Amino acid sequence: MQLYDMPDAHGHFGIYGGVFAAETLIEAIEELRLMYEKYRNDPEFLAEFAYDLKHFVGRPSPIYYAKRWSERVGGARIYLKREDLNHTGAHKVNNTVGQALLAKRMGKPRVIAETGAGQHGVATATIAARLGLECVVYMGSEDIKRQAPNVYRMKLLGATVVPVESGSKTLKDALNEAMRDWVTNVADTFYIIGTVAGPHPYPMMVRDFQSVIGIEAKQQMQEMLGRQPDAVVACVGGGSNAMGIFYPYINDENVRLIGVEAAGLGMETGKHAAPLTANSPVGVLHGNRTYLMQDEDGQIVETHSISAGLDYPGVGPEHAWLKDSKRAEYVAVTDDEAMAAFHNLCRTEGIIPALESSHALAYAEKLAATMSPDQVILVNLSGRGDKDINTVAQLSGLTL
Amino acid sequence: MSRIQTTFAALKQQNKKALIPYITAGDPHPKYTVMLMHTLVENGADIIELGVPFSDPMADGPVIQRASERALAHHVGLRSVLDMVSEFRQKDNLTPVVLMGYANPIEAMGAERFADRAKAAGVDGVLTVDYPPEECGGFVDLLRARDIDPIFLLSPTTVTARIETIIKNASGFVYYVSLKGVTGAQNLDLIEVAERVAAIRTKTDLPVGVGFGVRDAATAKAIAEIADAVVVGSRMVQTVEQSTEENVAANLAKLVAELRYAIDVVN
Repeated sequence: MQLYDMPDAHGHFGIYGGVFAAETLIEAIEELRLMYEKYRNDPEFLAEFAYDLKHFVGRPSPIYYAKRWSERVGGARIYLKREDLNHTGAHKVNNTVGQALLAKRMGKPRVIAETGAGQHGVATATIAARLGLECVVYMGSEDIKRQAPNVYRMKLLGATVVPVESGSKTLKDALNEAMRDWVTNVADTFYIIGTVAGPHPYPMMVRDFQSVIGIEAKQQMQEMLGRQPDAVVACVGGGSNAMGIFYPYINDENVRLIGVEAAGLGMETGKHAAPLTANSPVGVLHGNRTYLMQDEDGQIVETHSISAGLDYPGVGPEHAWLKDSKRAEYVAVTDDEAMAAFHNLCRTEGIIPALESSHALAYAEKLAATMSPDQVILVNLSGRGDKDINTVAQLSGLTL
Repeated sequence: MSRIQTTFAALKQQNKKALIPYITAGDPHPKYTVMLMHTLVENGADIIELGVPFSDPMADGPVIQRASERALAHHVGLRSVLDMVSEFRQKDNLTPVVLMGYANPIEAMGAERFADRAKAAGVDGVLTVDYPPEECGGFVDLLRARDIDPIFLLSPTTVTARIETIIKNASGFVYYVSLKGVTGAQNLDLIEVAERVAAIRTKTDLPVGVGFGVRDAATAKAIAEIADAVVVGSRMVQTVEQSTEENVAANLAKLVAELRYAIDVVN
């Protein structure tokens, strides 16, 4: 069997990925590519990264057998990779620690980030505070309304949160604005992208930093069960938590990899954020070629998901490649299904999951029911749901 | 010879520099765009740069972003922009038109279909902001096969080796972005611009246009002393934004005439 070795030297995953950036950014991207090439296998850099993941983030995150929930669902046993237990409450911090260490080595005193749910913004603000870097976070004004606690967290950590009023005022617009900042302040600024999108080397670099999730999981599953799961399930917005857990499993062909997108109000309504499941046309946005939700004129359309972190019209190029090559499967669950799974996990396991992760949980429930108790599903529980309690309360007609 | 090459050759003979105003197609309303294009030409534009509205204009500052949003409110997209160029060509078969926009609308139409339609409409050059030469070899070939000039940006951060790569792919003219940042930013360093343009000239005989940050007649004049073409974008769009539908043509006419005068005084 041929071992997986994507992307190529120019950041292409088949026809996807690449460097589709304005000339004003090319030099900065090239500088980053060279620095990352230099450090990605540097023992000292990797040791510092590992040290921070252990002592600052609190890794390894445990794997937990959700016994009561599995029994209630009936069928396969469901295990959770507990990224919600990381410092700052989600997988996002794995990547920000890595990129911030790189920023420090490149001598950049200022970091910027885009954020949707606020988890990546918080994770960036956190590591910036620790390393003494100036931090500016761009966030759509719609998302600022939805994620007030995270906005305040970022401010407490010393970051400046800039509301983005253009376009749909969500994650994609925050990314546009962060790109504009980077173009303008390219000499002293490092752009910490939060997902496996953007121009090369970002999709590869973010995947590499996040792959600690899957590397740990493989070892932990072996220790706990003496075997690997039958299926690994993760939610996909841009797709960083999914790539992080999928990547080390890609060569293990008998492990199914399943990415769960946001079907929003339902695929048939068009109000979703599931470009892979919908088979959206291929296009170019935010520096890479991928599946993109767009209209006939190639304008990017507004997406819908209950979870701000999945509310994105594109998807990381490696997921596009994994879909086409059929190594991974992509499905979508609705807002309502995700909400139901959210409540189920709260009540049966004493874990409040993020609304993003609840999409993966919802699909795991469906899948488990079709499997037998000797089979195992591993779900990446990518974040905790404390940030979402206002949204959930609102849906239940309550104001906190 | 393409219309762009003819235009630059003619200007050179008259010892003049090119004035290239930019407007976003469909701003403030699609019904005015062709009329405004003629107005630009009547008042001294040598080449028209026509912006194709895009939902996510990452390289543009707030002024051109708002223009895009105004045009998108009327559903102006690549197809209708090409129709506008066709209509413009009914009365003007001489003035080159360069489309400036982003990759995705072209990908949505299909690169070859776009190239065919652009040719049929009378488009002379295409500048695609997020298509660096490394990612658009096939597209450049499609344009060239139809005598459409692929226009590329060079920036203050473009290293020498890359200038050569870009120039190999470019024809018509090259467009030097005179400052770091998005369109409409305002910290132009004329000495640096002069040095960079001189460096570009050692690599190519293509005319060099300079834009991003040309905000008034004085800057236009200063740029005209350095470059072969002066591109004025955000200032044009700002004028559209600050005008009413009744006086937009008159205001653009006045601005272009001022710029024309300033540029011509150089010589």
